[in-house]
Amino acid sequence: MKSKICSKKFENKIILNDLNFKIFRGKSIGVMGPSGTGKSMLLKCILGLTEYDGKILYEGKILEKKNRELLYNNSGMLFQGGALFDSLNVWQNISFKRINNKTYSKRDSISIVRKMLKEVELGTEILNNMPSELSGGMQKRVALARAIVNEPRILFFDEPTTGLDPLTTKAINKLILNLINKNNVTSIIISHDPLSIKKICDEVIFLTNGKIEWHGSVKEMSNSRHKMLKDYLNSNR
Amino acid sequence: MNINKQNFYHFIPKFIGKGALGLIIAIGTTVSFLIFAIFKALIPPFYLNEYLKQIIRIGLASLPVVGLTAFFTGGALALQIYSGGTRLNAESAVPSIVAIGFLRELGPVLCGLMVAGRVSASIAAEIATMKVTEQIDALTTLGTDPIKYLVSPRIVVATIFLPILTTIGNIIGIFGGYLISTERLGFNPTLYIESSIKYIEFSDIYSSLIKAAVFGMIISTMGCYFGFKASRGALGVGKATTDAVVFSSILILAFNYFLTELLFRA
Repeated sequence: MKSKICSKKFENKIILNDLNFKIFRGKSIGVMGPSGTGKSMLLKCILGLTEYDGKILYEGKILEKKNRELLYNNSGMLFQGGALFDSLNVWQNISFKRINNKTYSKRDSISIVRKMLKEVELGTEILNNMPSELSGGMQKRVALARAIVNEPRILFFDEPTTGLDPLTTKAINKLILNLINKNNVTSIIISHDPLSIKKICDEVIFLTNGKIEWHGSVKEMSNSRHKMLKDYLNSNR
Repeated sequence: MNINKQNFYHFIPKFIGKGALGLIIAIGTTVSFLIFAIFKALIPPFYLNEYLKQIIRIGLASLPVVGLTAFFTGGALALQIYSGGTRLNAESAVPSIVAIGFLRELGPVLCGLMVAGRVSASIAAEIATMKVTEQIDALTTLGTDPIKYLVSPRIVVATIFLPILTTIGNIIGIFGGYLISTERLGFNPTLYIESSIKYIEFSDIYSSLIKAAVFGMIISTMGCYFGFKASRGALGVGKATTDAVVFSSILILAFNYFLTELLFRA
């Protein structure tokens, strides 16, 4: 995947400016930076959830409105708040795409959902629970199950551990790492947590004011003398 | 702010121009939103479960509200016409005026306003909440068109079911008038029914259905449109809900006038 976002404006304010980077198959890239620097907006641009000026290439093809399905069919996204559908129960949420596309019967779908719940370390007794009946950590796990149920080749994570306690954070990070390693999935992770990024990612992009301030490997990040990056990493300790 | 005389004269046309431009843009986006939703309802896949949910929610769940409102309004209308009619010695006009008044005007407008308060608000609140909690973005990333999945079923169901609700409301309203007239005002039941039916024309019935269908479209479009426009958390959800109800109600009353002009032009 190759991203060349020239600019993204919101209410006449430039949110993203001249972002140019590549992600290779099977690699994980972490995006860090202070709040309001456009990290989530970057994901929204890649997923076509907002308009932008520039080009995003996926497997050599420029992603446009008409062929964005190409990316959706091969990707999964874990939203910051989980974004589970309030009106659907756990199994309907996880198998949403399969049921809507009629690729699986209800029975097949339930057995796949059971497998997915096991994968994200949840019990099958919550199958018929509504999202509002689950804790924040459980909602994140269900959302993760929904993101991986279609065996995506690329996964997007928008602050997957924000708002969770340290134990759940550790568990979610472990799950993400396992999933990525097990299936050789390409991933983009937005996070404020350098420890999570160090554990999961191969490369790091550090954004400030909508621009790439620093880009390098995780190893390089730890030894970097870039002042802003260093200050950011130190403030998160 | 210091506004001198020259600035003030500039301010007025600027204010009017900005307002007019905003209004034209709002009308344009709402109409194109509606056209998109209808167009998308015609092409597969069809989310039949969503249609079924909306039939229950918009159609069946609105019945008690519509029925009760129609019943009491029918009774009140009979009392009012009777009391006014005695001044002109026209008490005998009660059955026909209640029937015609309900079919042409009160039935569709009351049903529209009641459903606007109930359905438009809930559609706006639901979609706005989905928008601010990224559920609509999640739909997109799961390869589902949010307009097709969320908007089309609501608009189609509301447009089809409001005429049905209005017909039921009309019947209950006329029955309310009948009950008060016969039990309280001493009308003969057989004569009441006869004179109710005698003056009803086919145009009264189809105009009622046309009005109701248009109101159904307005209610659902406003709910969905303001829901989709929502931003900024709980405040945005509240604003979307209020705007949906206010604009639905105003548009129902405005369109009621224009449709009456169109359908009953002398």
